[in-house]
Amino acid sequence: MARDLTCIICPRGCALHIDGELNVTGNACPRGAAYAKQEVTDPRRTLTSTVKCRGKLFRVCPVKTALPIPKDKVSPAMDEVNAVEILPPVHIGDVVIKNIAGTGIDLVATRDIEE
Amino acid sequence: MMATRDLVIIGGGSAGMAAAISAYDEGVKDIVILERSPYLGGILNQCIHNGFGLQYFKEELTGPEFLTRFVVEVQKRGIEVKLNANVTAISKDKTVTYVSPEGAGVIEAKSIVLATGCYERSAGSIGIPGERPSGVITAGQAQLYLNEYGYLVGKKVFILGSGDIGLIMARRMTLEGAQVLGVAELMPYSNGLNRNIQQCLIDFGIPLYLSHTVTKVIGKGKLEAIEISQVDGSLKPIPGTEKRFDVDTLLLSVGLVPNNDLLDKIGVPISPTRGSKVNEHMETELDGVFSCGNVLHVHDLVDYVVEEGHQAGKSAAAYLQGRLPRHEDVLYTQAGNGVGYVVPACIDLHNADGKVAIKFRVRRPAKEVYVEYRIGETLIKRMYKPAIIPSEMEIVSLDKASLQGEGPLTVSLVAKEVK
Repeated sequence: MARDLTCIICPRGCALHIDGELNVTGNACPRGAAYAKQEVTDPRRTLTSTVKCRGKLFRVCPVKTALPIPKDKVSPAMDEVNAVEILPPVHIGDVVIKNIAGTGIDLVATRDIEE
Repeated sequence: MMATRDLVIIGGGSAGMAAAISAYDEGVKDIVILERSPYLGGILNQCIHNGFGLQYFKEELTGPEFLTRFVVEVQKRGIEVKLNANVTAISKDKTVTYVSPEGAGVIEAKSIVLATGCYERSAGSIGIPGERPSGVITAGQAQLYLNEYGYLVGKKVFILGSGDIGLIMARRMTLEGAQVLGVAELMPYSNGLNRNIQQCLIDFGIPLYLSHTVTKVIGKGKLEAIEISQVDGSLKPIPGTEKRFDVDTLLLSVGLVPNNDLLDKIGVPISPTRGSKVNEHMETELDGVFSCGNVLHVHDLVDYVVEEGHQAGKSAAAYLQGRLPRHEDVLYTQAGNGVGYVVPACIDLHNADGKVAIKFRVRRPAKEVYVEYRIGETLIKRMYKPAIIPSEMEIVSLDKASLQGEGPLTVSLVAKEVK
């Protein structure tokens, strides 16, 4: 089935068209074509959020999924994000939740937080 | 005794840190960054979403990850940072007055980089009709509460304005369990990036009401509901099109304004961006005072903010080292047909090398147009654009050598057919 998509890979936001044979037009770079194919076969999103954290300056620590996770796992992933609390010190890249929502992908910290 | 400094940088966000790093690398060691909050990084601290750095670092980072790379570079160089230091005034002779927990401070600066960012237009500045209950808040303020303090401002939300912060907050609050009932945009097009319309609204089934605005705020003490109406071609609400939404929160994402008060107050000339007029070295009309980032003009990408910061830092170093003389004969720029503003406001054709970056924004979306750069009647450059929109800053590099003749340099849009 042919679809029109907006590329979300970079701020340029190309208007993409993908046909039933996965031929992509409208992309300004190869990443757009890859995105369109991914989006119609296995749509994924990088989830960013915060988890509770008892730092001196910050009460929350920003986090992200290390890679995009399947779109339908975003909501169950948020349930796990909201249930967790971490303690400083935290460093960028520290794993906060392993294998979030069974995706095989880790949730990692995106900020350093001192004790 | 009054402290003296070669370079005072006001604001420790991405522009200020980039300026400090570049000035230091060009040989200026006596630098202090004055930052009003308890940490460096500015607005990026609350921008926990990803998508930063694709141009600058060639990878996709979140705001905190992006800013941390600059904090590390600042620390590596041992550049002094005063946190919780809020600058209250600068004078024409470059005296900087600030307050901090240690009390008031005064620094006599040989040069200054202003990197104070921008602020959000608020309910007062757009004159929303109706009552004034609590629960009406700017999108950026709600973002700060949620992403830095962990506090969700409401559960049933409507958003006025489709700028990127509003779109990002629609997604963010939805993920945190709030119900976002819709986004109203006065114009017939969104001012947010296409990718954000997709991944923040369409992904979550949040409706976008184009050509709509909030025409009533209802609630005694606390917000209870809002009413939106469709607007006509002259942006006036059309009676009979009212829709009511029961909400506890109205987020405003209705524009950003350069936080240029410090220079405004001492009468440094401003440009249509509401930032200061600068030349291509980011130097204001006050010798040795530079402006960069969102305080100069509101950017959509931090990557460009950083580049401007680097430019301002290098220029401050050149000024301090006597390599940046100012000349009388400059080429002024101006916004022509369809163009909202042009940065820089003028170009010094003496002491500039190679190329000059011209930045501008169009007033409204256009398709199949040429962007023309003319000095007087002479065409310097013409570029075809299949589509051009106000929410994306345009940037083009022109050869200094090509900029000859009687000014000003005018940037304008010309329809394709006309030529």
